[in-house]
Amino acid sequence: MMKHNRILAAVGGFFAGALNGLLGAGGGMVVVPLLDKAGLPPKKSHATSVCVILPICIFSAVLYLTSGRVSLSDASPYLLWGTLGAAAGSWILPKMNSVWLKRIFGLLMIWAAYRMLVR
Amino acid sequence: MSGLWTALAGFFSGAMGAMGLGGGGVLIIYLTLFAGVEQAAAQGINLIFFIPCAVLAVLYYWKKKLIVWKTAIPCALAGLLGAAAGSYFSSWISGEWLGKLFAGLLLLMGLKQLFYKAPPKGQKQDRTKPEPKE
Repeated sequence: MMKHNRILAAVGGFFAGALNGLLGAGGGMVVVPLLDKAGLPPKKSHATSVCVILPICIFSAVLYLTSGRVSLSDASPYLLWGTLGAAAGSWILPKMNSVWLKRIFGLLMIWAAYRMLVR
Repeated sequence: MSGLWTALAGFFSGAMGAMGLGGGGVLIIYLTLFAGVEQAAAQGINLIFFIPCAVLAVLYYWKKKLIVWKTAIPCALAGLLGAAAGSYFSSWISGEWLGKLFAGLLLLMGLKQLFYKAPPKGQKQDRTKPEPKE
């Protein structure tokens, strides 16, 4: 791989980590387009992004736990259901028109952002 | 009753996450707007929540040889530094402002999803009209 791609990956990784640590989400929004730009084919950039975000997420979670902002028992009720949902999602994904799903979901996010801003 | 909502929120967040629809958004939206959880705690819950889902996904992709390690490793290492910085700063910001920052991120993600274009290569284009531009 070319050297500048690795630098690009590192810079993007830093920003994804910062977003992940600051807001607890959103790393994928930085990493996926970045990996595309570094020349990875779409499927691989999606898969690789999860692999990049996982260690970042574990590290951020540890920092949140040790600073007392959250406890494991706060999260535990969601874990089992989330894992089941993830399994269902990856099974449904190929059978679905995800373009419209993305749009509907985009509207939901914009609505939630509005609610949070005017609160 | 609240157990049912917890289960539904968890299930849908996991499913959305797996489909690349920003599962983190869903869970944090539910926790802060409906369950009355503090912004920082909601973010922490989401971080922990993502770990088992991501472990499953990584194992699956690894088996399918879809992970490009040469790119993933420097990216993740730099990401750890970023995470330390981000997490440090977030403990300095009040819950209210953290919520507003998160809303900003959500707005960007929402707009991106709303104006998403299907990749032209290898997929049938079923749209006749061009995308609306903002």
